[in-house]
Amino acid sequence: MNGWRRRGDLLVATFTGREAGLLRGMVGQIRDLLAARVAATPRDELADLTGVIAGPTTAPTDRVLARLLPDFHREDTGLSGGMRALHEPELLAAKDGAAAVVLETCPAHGGRIRLSEEQAQAWLTALNDVRLALGTVLEVTEDMPDELPPDDPRTPHLAVYHWLTWVQESLIQALIST
Amino acid sequence: MTTPVELEQTQVDPALDLVADETGTEDRPWLTIVWNDPVNLMSYVTYIFQQLFGYSREKATKLMLDVHHKGRAVVSSGSREKVEIDVAKLHGAGLWATMQRDT
Repeated sequence: MNGWRRRGDLLVATFTGREAGLLRGMVGQIRDLLAARVAATPRDELADLTGVIAGPTTAPTDRVLARLLPDFHREDTGLSGGMRALHEPELLAAKDGAAAVVLETCPAHGGRIRLSEEQAQAWLTALNDVRLALGTVLEVTEDMPDELPPDDPRTPHLAVYHWLTWVQESLIQALIST
Repeated sequence: MTTPVELEQTQVDPALDLVADETGTEDRPWLTIVWNDPVNLMSYVTYIFQQLFGYSREKATKLMLDVHHKGRAVVSSGSREKVEIDVAKLHGAGLWATMQRDT
């Protein structure tokens, strides 16, 4: 992976098999996490009748899901709960849809990837969700050093995080270049 | 809030405002706040502000820098319904956003 380039209307990059496998694995895990949240939402009789799916009113207890699905209001839990019930189903579907675009367009064994602008935007969303997830678990802070001591258990994972950052940054630069 | 956000988005649907007006303070708009976080890239946040709100590169960059340096910025305002949708869009993009009544 030497970065994304714009070729006319397309965004192109070449991923090695290892890079593609790594990315697909992480994106797949995000999908699993989102699906678990959907599955944990109780079905109710009204939703079955009206077809209007209401999400849960409480924030996820899992810290990664909580970062992907923040509260709408800092203090007003009643307002936040109502907004969550209303918007969470569509947010989960949108995030899952973005992850699905990555899995559809990134060949399992690597190779050349060509994305339309719309697909590239889905990639940005999915890459960002993976970085948020990894950043949350790694407890990334603003003043975190680029490298941790070699004996820190997070060291190999931080390298993956930095690689994802580079993939995302490169895609943004390609998208805004004319 | 110290961010001089242009309030051009304050067109309030009178019908919606009646619904939202539970406290007799319907003249105070709602604000969309974006909070700083250590993961989101500066270039990404700027790009998202341009994409979601149609802001110029300059305005989006200024708001991003406000978030980065001041810890938060008001990125849009208006009726509760408008701000609610803006917050949902920002959450969709992975930004840490909340809504609150203007004080």
